Amino acid sequence: MTQSAPQVVDFPLRSPSVPFPPPGYADYRGQEGLVPSRLPNGERVWLVTRHEDVRAVLTNPKISSNPEHKGFPNVGESLGVPKQAQIPGWFVGLDSPEHDRFRKALIPEFTVRRVREMRPAIELTVQARLDAMLAAGDSADLVADFALPIPSLVISSLLGVPPTDREFFESRTRTLVAIRASTDQQRQAASKDLLRYIGRLVEIKGKWPGDDLVSRLLATGSIAPHELSGVLMLLLIAGHETTANNIALGVLTLLTNPQWIGDDRVVEETLRFHSVADLVSLRVAVEDVEISGQLVRAGEGIVPLVAAANHDENSFECPHMFDPSRSARHHVAFGYGVHQCLGQNLVRVEMEIAYRKLFERIPDLRLAVPAEGLAYKHDGVVHGLHELPVRW
Amino acid sequence: MRITVDPDRCVGAGQCVLSAPEVFDQDEDGLVTLVGAGPGAAKESSVRLAGALCPSQAITVHED
Repeated sequence: MTQSAPQVVDFPLRSPSVPFPPPGYADYRGQEGLVPSRLPNGERVWLVTRHEDVRAVLTNPKISSNPEHKGFPNVGESLGVPKQAQIPGWFVGLDSPEHDRFRKALIPEFTVRRVREMRPAIELTVQARLDAMLAAGDSADLVADFALPIPSLVISSLLGVPPTDREFFESRTRTLVAIRASTDQQRQAASKDLLRYIGRLVEIKGKWPGDDLVSRLLATGSIAPHELSGVLMLLLIAGHETTANNIALGVLTLLTNPQWIGDDRVVEETLRFHSVADLVSLRVAVEDVEISGQLVRAGEGIVPLVAAANHDENSFECPHMFDPSRSARHHVAFGYGVHQCLGQNLVRVEMEIAYRKLFERIPDLRLAVPAEGLAYKHDGVVHGLHELPVRW
Repeated sequence: MRITVDPDRCVGAGQCVLSAPEVFDQDEDGLVTLVGAGPGAAKESSVRLAGALCPSQAITVHED
């Protein structure tokens, strides 16, 4: 299909009446080159929708992750999310080589082996949440009561937050992601509370080191204490809602496709199929660069659409089918290139344990409302469910 | 089949360890390292998959 002057499309396509991923993505993949589009605030950006092209963008050294560059796409702001001032240590917004110092210091904390060692603690966390849910009655909101607390508790234990403070930590992280139930001011206050708390944690670990991530990172000497607060906040933001939404969406998919309950391959297919971080890997060209035959000028914003890439017919057979047997790990749900999710193996383990324990403990789990009536976070940067009412 | 790895490029995603743990490991810095008797220790398809999945091109699989 050739188009001499492709139309500028409005973006994002998400609205309550549009399923996710938006069917429009398939049309975009069929267009030559990249898709010129306009954000609600009028900014012009290039959409990247094919699997091959998304991987090319995310590994091109002429393309930057740094939001300080002119032309960086402001997708969050266009969705009403206030612009986060560049926090020291927020290294997803840095390019190599500045980025690498942070990444290298953190890698040992998230190796396959290290995550395997965390399994027993994660199992206990999930078990405790299930105990509390079962003790509270015969129904629950699986988002608020299960999906959100699990990654929050896992991260707080990873950071070395003392058990007495986990309730505080969890309540603030919950406010941060409740885009419908909390106001902008409440979310900003929660974010400040968490940053302040994390700053104090870094101070305390500096004085009284323990056997935890914060103490170890301080001991490396490669990250300054004021940067470390930003790093920890980033781990929290990157690892909380994304994991929670994958847990909730995966449970929903299993409830409607029960033949896959108990099959661990569900984890990888949930990551691909739902692609919750569709709008997370934003970029800007810092030099003129050609992508898929399209010249992108320095200073032009680029939006690689992870969900579009993960539903690309040329990379995944029958991409719109939920089929864990495809065992496809070449999806870009965790991004690609040097910024690919650092915590991906932790997420995989959290999802696997959450699904397995949930259906073991509550085999007669069912939806408490019709699936068609569920509210999706079309208004958030990360795709997910606002609520998932279940009963047993 | 031969494999070369470049720990300087490695970003510690761990995809290789998940694909072919008989061949790839992460050292104490979490960076890619070769273990065992070489690529023959795992299925060739697993080794190729590890190379293809590596997000930072730290693994090169030579088909000679």
